[in-house]
Amino acid sequence: MMKLPIYLDNNATTPCDPRVVETMLPYFTETFGNAASRNHPFGWAAEEAVDYAREQVARLIGADTKEIIFTSGATEADNLALKGVFEMYAAKGNHIITCETEHKAVLDTCKHLEKTGASVTCLKVNHEGLIDLKELEAAITPQTIMVAIMYANNETGVIHPIREISHITRKHGVLLMTDATQAVGKIPVDVHKDGIDLLAFSAHKMYGPKGIGALYVRRKSPRVKVTAQMDGGGHERGMRSGTLNVPGIVGFGKACELALQEMEAEAKRLSALRDKLEKALLQLEESYVNGSPVHRLPHVTNVSFKYVEGEGLMMGFNKNIALSSGSACTSASLEPSYVLKALGLGDDLAHSSLRFGLGRFTTEEQIDYTITAVTETVNKLREMSPLWEMYKDGVDLNSIEWAHH
Amino acid sequence: MAYSEKVLDHYNNPKNVGTLDKSKSTVGTGLVGAPECGDVMRLQIEVDPATQVIKDAKFKTFGCGSAIASSSLATEWLKGKTVEEAVKIDNMDIVEELSLPPVKIHCSVLAEDAIKAAINDYRKKNGLEELKFEESAVN
Repeated sequence: MMKLPIYLDNNATTPCDPRVVETMLPYFTETFGNAASRNHPFGWAAEEAVDYAREQVARLIGADTKEIIFTSGATEADNLALKGVFEMYAAKGNHIITCETEHKAVLDTCKHLEKTGASVTCLKVNHEGLIDLKELEAAITPQTIMVAIMYANNETGVIHPIREISHITRKHGVLLMTDATQAVGKIPVDVHKDGIDLLAFSAHKMYGPKGIGALYVRRKSPRVKVTAQMDGGGHERGMRSGTLNVPGIVGFGKACELALQEMEAEAKRLSALRDKLEKALLQLEESYVNGSPVHRLPHVTNVSFKYVEGEGLMMGFNKNIALSSGSACTSASLEPSYVLKALGLGDDLAHSSLRFGLGRFTTEEQIDYTITAVTETVNKLREMSPLWEMYKDGVDLNSIEWAHH
Repeated sequence: MAYSEKVLDHYNNPKNVGTLDKSKSTVGTGLVGAPECGDVMRLQIEVDPATQVIKDAKFKTFGCGSAIASSSLATEWLKGKTVEEAVKIDNMDIVEELSLPPVKIHCSVLAEDAIKAAINDYRKKNGLEELKFEESAVN
């Protein structure tokens, strides 16, 4: 018997791999020392564990250990990168280029910086969720200090051409910062080959624990510096004070090691399952994949089912299947997903979307169950939908004067 | 967010889903909401012209579970009521009956609006003056 509920929200967070937990456990009770305690064996053991984990983390992205700053997660890493560069490079300029489908950790940090004198250009995306590289290049001015473009999008899984973007940033002597939270551990990310100067990522999206992440800061060609945003004991080479989360770091390291070993096979397996799911769901009339079907993470698909509303749809199976929707009703704001809207989807299609995020523990049996459950619920709700009836009767929904509220 | 038992029950076993013949003079149709807002309700009543009793009510709703439940409940309440009684259905009665949380109150407002729109459609078709209602709280 298959165990329910099924978890298909791996873009939100992933379960800790049991091997990660096992590696972490001694660091809560036996090897509990403060990695900054230089004068006794407890401290030495903790420091050694952190050093080892730092190597594991650095290796996954092709970095040097001295380029890894541990943070509480990707949000903090994004903040440190953007605010830290903005302050450090104030003499050079104040212009930052980003993109409208970025995570709020980047967008809201940029908004904050705008209040303190930054000038921010927010690039648009096309219907596939991709930016226009010519537009990016044209946006660069002598005042530009940094381009912040995410590696892969959390809602659609769309992968930006980071390597090509870096050719542009290098050419103009501008830093490239990327939030790679959804990409690291899922697809190959190499800071040298990709030409990345700062990279934020997090353990809990790749089968590690919550509460630990890192910022990669390039040390050579160019040597990048950030102003610390957290003052205190001068940990992490002064760039991020605060006692190191040793068990978290150890778990993060183990998660990175496992990802490096298993990523390739996992991506292959999950893309086959994702394709099976997607193909089956697209059998439903008026269903659409959101975002580029080509430049996309292997384990993600975002599908809109026209004429049914996302939250209502999820209610049909959310006791048994965990998913998320771009529908407004799942958020406090009552606004549908800004990422899907940026792709040019009307609000109605954004309201009708579901995001499927497969993961390491997803099985084919679970996918088969999901296909059946989602298909049945879409059909059931369409029978209940006045919009579906109008569509079937050939009524043009745009011709109706809706009472907006 | 957890749903109340009653919302779940209406969602799983919606009452009175369907379509009435809107060309009939005894049928009033109310279509409220907008696709881009994430909810559209269509509520229909069929009135016995002699007694003014609502003898049938049907709905179709595009929206979340609370919107579906609100309209399903509304059709249940409408059946057997006179038009005059139906006008008095208040959205807060729906909120209370379904234990809707504050973020879902707009679903009940929409249901109330749909009832009133259906009644006015019926009145209009039968040469009666449309009733004036206060602006709904959802605006």
